[in-house]
Amino acid sequence: MITFILNDQPISTEASPGSVVLDFIRNDAGLKGTKEACREGDCGACTIMVGELIDDDTIEYHSVNSCLLPLGQMNGKHVVTIEGINHAELNPLQQAFVDEGATQCGFCTPGFIMSLTAYFLSSDSINYNDAITAVDGNICRCTGYASIQRAIARVCQLLLKDITGDKLNALISHKIIPTYFKQIPAKLNELNAHNQTDIQPVDISQEIVAGGTDLFVQRPDDLIDKDVRFLSSEPGLTDIWQDDKFCYIGAGVKIETIRNSDIVRKQIPKIDDYFRLFASTPIRNQATLGGNLVNASPIGDTTIFFLALNVRIGIANENEKREFKLKDFYVSYKKLNKKAIDIVEYLKLPLLSSQHKFNFEKVAKRTYLDIASVNSAVSIRADANIIQEVHLSAGGVSPIPLYLAESANYLVGREVNPQTVRGVCRVADAEIAPISDVRGSEIYKRLLLRQLIFAHFINLFPDNVNLESLYRFTENEIH
Amino acid sequence: MSIKNKDTILHVQGKSQFIDDQIVPEGTLYAAVVSSSIAHGKILKIDDEEARKINGIVCILTASDVPGQNQIGNIIKDETLLAENDVHYIGQPIAVILATDAFTARKAAKKINIRYEAFPAVFDPREAYKNGSLIAPERTFSCGNIDDAWRKCDVIVEGRVESGGQEHLYLETQGAFAIPMEHGKLKVFSSTQSPTIVQKTIAGILNILMHKIEVDVLRLGGGFGGKEDQATAWACMAALGVWKTGKPVKLVLRRHDDLRMTGKRHPYSSDFKIGLTNDYKIVAYEAMFYQNAGAAADLSTAILERTLFHTTNSYFIPNVKATAASCKTNLPPNTAFRGFGSPQAMFVIESAIHKAAEKMGVDSSIIQHINLLNEGDEFPFGMTYKSKTAHECWDNAQELYHVNEIINEIKVFNEQNSAVKKGMALMPICFGISFTTTFLNQASALVHVYSDGSVGISTAAVEMGQGVNTKIRQTAARVFSIDIERVFIETTNTTRIANTSPTAASSAADLNGNATRIACEQILCRLRTFALEQLKQPDASKIDFRDETIFYNNQPTALTWEILIGQAYINRQNLSAHAHYATPAIFFDRATEKGNAFAYHVCGTAISKVTLDCLRGTYTIDAVKIVHDGGTSINELIDRGQIEGALVQGIGWLTMEEVLYDEAGILLSNTFSAYKIPDIQFTPTDISIHFLESDETNLGVFNSKAIGEPPFMYAIGTYFALINAIKAFNPNVHIKYDAPMTPEKALLSLYSA
Repeated sequence: MITFILNDQPISTEASPGSVVLDFIRNDAGLKGTKEACREGDCGACTIMVGELIDDDTIEYHSVNSCLLPLGQMNGKHVVTIEGINHAELNPLQQAFVDEGATQCGFCTPGFIMSLTAYFLSSDSINYNDAITAVDGNICRCTGYASIQRAIARVCQLLLKDITGDKLNALISHKIIPTYFKQIPAKLNELNAHNQTDIQPVDISQEIVAGGTDLFVQRPDDLIDKDVRFLSSEPGLTDIWQDDKFCYIGAGVKIETIRNSDIVRKQIPKIDDYFRLFASTPIRNQATLGGNLVNASPIGDTTIFFLALNVRIGIANENEKREFKLKDFYVSYKKLNKKAIDIVEYLKLPLLSSQHKFNFEKVAKRTYLDIASVNSAVSIRADANIIQEVHLSAGGVSPIPLYLAESANYLVGREVNPQTVRGVCRVADAEIAPISDVRGSEIYKRLLLRQLIFAHFINLFPDNVNLESLYRFTENEIH
Repeated sequence: MSIKNKDTILHVQGKSQFIDDQIVPEGTLYAAVVSSSIAHGKILKIDDEEARKINGIVCILTASDVPGQNQIGNIIKDETLLAENDVHYIGQPIAVILATDAFTARKAAKKINIRYEAFPAVFDPREAYKNGSLIAPERTFSCGNIDDAWRKCDVIVEGRVESGGQEHLYLETQGAFAIPMEHGKLKVFSSTQSPTIVQKTIAGILNILMHKIEVDVLRLGGGFGGKEDQATAWACMAALGVWKTGKPVKLVLRRHDDLRMTGKRHPYSSDFKIGLTNDYKIVAYEAMFYQNAGAAADLSTAILERTLFHTTNSYFIPNVKATAASCKTNLPPNTAFRGFGSPQAMFVIESAIHKAAEKMGVDSSIIQHINLLNEGDEFPFGMTYKSKTAHECWDNAQELYHVNEIINEIKVFNEQNSAVKKGMALMPICFGISFTTTFLNQASALVHVYSDGSVGISTAAVEMGQGVNTKIRQTAARVFSIDIERVFIETTNTTRIANTSPTAASSAADLNGNATRIACEQILCRLRTFALEQLKQPDASKIDFRDETIFYNNQPTALTWEILIGQAYINRQNLSAHAHYATPAIFFDRATEKGNAFAYHVCGTAISKVTLDCLRGTYTIDAVKIVHDGGTSINELIDRGQIEGALVQGIGWLTMEEVLYDEAGILLSNTFSAYKIPDIQFTPTDISIHFLESDETNLGVFNSKAIGEPPFMYAIGTYFALINAIKAFNPNVHIKYDAPMTPEKALLSLYSA
C-alpha cells in the first residue's frame, strides 16, 4: 500500500511501486494536465512537484519528471500536479504566460508552470537567472522561448519585492499556490507513512532502484511487475558530512543536493556552475550519486567529476564493508567491481588544500540537458608551477568512465607550460579508445579531448598557457 | 494590446485536451504498431503465436485484414498502410495489435517475430538518382539562356551543398481515437493537419463512402508539417481496428516509435554554379537538387516543386536553370516541415553567394543587396514581383539596427580576442504564399449567429498553437463589430466543413479567414436590410454596425446587436451562412513550368550575430534582428510568436539538430536525449523584430500576411555568421557548406588545414 497526498486529496493505492507517477496521475487519478511527451526526462512536459517533510511543519518542494518517478517512492509525500495549483482565476504566473503569448500549442506549458512554481517554493530569493535555470528541463517546440523569457521576467519582477520571510504565506497571498498548502504538513504527519528502517541486506531477486532516472528510461515497461527495492530514502545513505581529512557523500544523496551543499562547495567553489551542466533541475532533484556511479555510463558527468578528485568508494553487504579508489570500481563496459549483494554507501573525498586546483569541462551538442560528446575533469596540486599531484579523467572516450593514469604519470614532476600540455595530450590520445556514435565521430572526440585538456590548463594556469601558445604547436596536426 | 488566444487560458492550467487526454468509453481497445526492423526486404513469415497467448490481446491486424485498398499515398498511390510482401524502411508498419490496455498491446508487439529476406538498401539520394530510382520524373525551372549567360560572367563559382533532415518533435506524438457509430459510421478524433485526407484515406481503406466517416480535430500539440500527411496512417489503423472489432480504438504513439516510424524534413544534396559580373550582379545560376524522399512519395513532389519556386530566394537572376529530382531511398518517407522545401533551396543560393563573395573578396551582403528583387522583376517561373518590400526591409534593417556598427564591433572584437570569435551575416527572405498545387487554395466557413447574439464558427483551419482560430475570431468580430467574447470557434469537423485543404502552406488564416469574412458579410448584408426595416428608414448605405450598436446616418439607434439578432430570429431571418473562398488569379502550368503561382510574397531581412568558442567549438547565438513585412498584422502578439518560434526552429535545423542513421538505416537520433533541439538557454539572447510599415494591399485578411513559414528562413543567416566566425579564427579553412553546423563540425573546421 502506498500512501501520499495528491494535490489536496489523500491517496492510498495498491498500484505497483515500480510503475511511474505519470501513469498514476493520468490514468488512475484521471488528472490529464500532466503530459507525456518523451518518457525519458528530456522534455519536462510531465513535470510535477514533490514535497517532503523536513520537520514537523515544513515541507521542501522540488520539481521532478513524473515519467521517471517510481510510485513506490511517494509514500508520505505531497505530490502536486498542475491541477493542484489552479485557482478559479489564473494565478500571476499563468497570467504572465497568457499575456506574453508564452504558450502556443500548450502541450509543454503545464510543465513550465510546475518547474517555475517549484522554483518559487524552493528558492531562498527570486531572480531571473535562477528562474531560467529552473526551466532547464523544459522543452518548447513552438515559441522559441523569447515569450517565455518575457513571462518569467514579468513574474519575477512581481514576486521579487514580496517573497521574503514567510515564503509559503507570501506565495499563497500572491495566489502562486492555493491556501490548502498550509494544511499539508499536518496531513502528512497524520499519514505517518515514513517507516524508516536501517539499511537492509540486499535480496538479489529484487530490482534495486536508487533515483530511477536511467532505469526507467532503459526499461520503461519492465519494472511494473517487479519486486522493487528503493534505496534512495534509506537513512545513512542520504547525508553529506566531513571529518578533518575527508568529505563524505552518501550514495542516496540527490545530485541537486550535492550542488547546493556548503560542505562540497567549500571544496569545489564552482560546483554550482559545473553541476548546472549535469542533466536538468528535475533530473538532479531525483537522480542520486550512487545511481549515477553504479549506472557506469562511460560518459556520466558525476562519475567523471569525482574520478578526478581521487575519491574512494565505500560499498557494503551484510557481511563485509570495502573501500577502494573509484577508478578501480570500473572493470569494463558496465561491469563493476561489485557483487550483486553489495550496495554503494558513500564516496569519500580527500579534503583539498589551497594548492589544489580543479576544473571540469563538458561539450555536448547543447550546453544544458544533454549528454556530453566528451567530458573531462582534472585536479592538480602544483608548487612553483611544478606539478606535484594530478588526477585526470575523461568520459566518452572509452567503454568505462576513464581515469587517465598514464597521462597523470606523465604530468607529475613537469612544469606547466605549452610543451607539457601538448605532451600530455599525446599521452592521453594513446590512452583513449573513442568510437563513432550519435555523440560524435572518433576523430572529433579525440580532437575534443585535446581541446578540453587545453581548456583545463588555460583555465587553471592562465599565466603559463593560452590558446595561441598551444595552437602554435598543434596546427597542421589535424586535417 | 493584442487579443489573446483563448486556448492559452486552458493551456496554462493544464485544462486543454489533446487526443490522449480524452476520456474514453468503457471497452475501448488500445493499439500498438509492429514495424519493419530492416531497411529493405521481403517478409517471409509473421510469427504471432507468442503474442496471441498474452492475456488481453483482442486481435492482430495485418495487410490481409484491410477490406478496401491498402493504400495511404496522397499525391502518388505508392504507400501501403500495412506492409504486404516487401518492406522499404525501418519502422514501416506491418501489423497492429489491439489489446484491452496499452501496456499489454506494447508487450505483445514485442513478441511478434518477423522473418525477412534482406535486400540491398540505398540511403544516399545521389546513389538512388544514379540507379534511376526516382519518385517522379525530375523537373526543371528555367529562364533566360543559361548557356549563353556563362560567357557574360567575370566570375564563376561552383560547389556542393548538403542540408540535413529535421525531426518535427511536436510535443504531442501522433495519435488517433476512433469510435463506432450507427449505420456503420465511424467518428475519428485525429491529431491531423488534414482532416479530409484522413477521412478520404479511411474511406479507401475500409471501402466505404466518405460521408460514413466523421473526422474531428480539437487541437494539435504542435504539427509543423509533421501531421499534414503523416497523421493519416495512425487514424486509418484505429479506424481499421474499429471496423474489425466494433469497439472504440485508441492509438497514441510513444515517442520512440514516433521518431522511428515517421518521416522528417528532406535532406538535400545539391550542386550549384553561379556567375557574376565584376560589379557583383548575378548573371547566371544553375542548381541541381537531389532530394532524399525516403521510401514513398508522401508530399515529396510538392515539396520539390517549392524548392524550385524558391531557387533564387530574394534575388533577381536573369538566367536560371534549376533541376530537382525526388530520389527514392530506404528511409521513412520524408514529409512536410515548415518551409516545405524552400529552406533547402535558399540555403543553396546563399551558399553560392557566400562562395562567390569569398572569391571576389567582399562580404556576401554586397552581392545580396545588389541583386535584391525590385518591383517588376520576374521570377524564373514567370511571375512578376509586385512589391517594394524586399528592398524596404533590407534598408530598414541597415538603419534600424546599425549594421555598419555591428560590423565594426565584430572586427574590433576579433582583433582583440584570439580564442573567441564573433561573426555576423544578413539574410533576406522572399517566400511565396499559396499552395503551389492550385486547387488546394480554397476554404469554407460556416457561421451561425445564435438567437442570443453569440456566434459559432466552423472552418477548415486546424488550431495547433499558431493562433489561426484567434485570427478567425477577430475577423468575425470585426465584420460584425461585436465584442470578441461573443465569438467561438468550433472544432474542425468534416461534417460541418467538407473538403478541407490541409492547414499548411502558412495559408490557413488567409483562406479560412477570408471564407469567414465572406460568410459574416453575407449575414451582415441580410441584417442591414432587416435593420433598415426595423428602423423604418430608407437608405441601406446609411446603416452602420459599430461596437455592438446599429447606427443610422452616423447616429446610434436603439438597436443593439443583441436586440437586432433577437428580432431577426423572431422574424424568420437566416442567421447562418456558409461561404467558400478561392484565392483569385493564381494558376500554374506544369507543362511550361510558368504561372502566377502565388497570391503574394512575404519578404524580410535578418541580421544574425554569433560568438564562437574557438577552444571548444561551441557557440552562442547572440542576436537575430529582423525587419519583417507582415502586411497589416491582425494580431502582433501571435505574429511575433510565430516569427520567434520559426526562427528558433530554423536555428535548430542549422546548428544542433542532426538526424542520424547508421549504415543499416537504423535511426540513431531516436530519442529526445539523442536528438537535441534548442532550449531556453540556447535561444538567441536578443531577438528583435520590427514589422515593416507598408501600405501595400494583398490578398490576406484585411491586408494581413501569412506568417507561419517565412521567418524560418531567417535562421539561415546564423549558419553563415558561424562560418564567418570560423573564418576569423582559421582563415585557411576550406568551407564545406554542410548543415547543420554542429559543435563537432565547428571544431573540426576550426582546426582543419
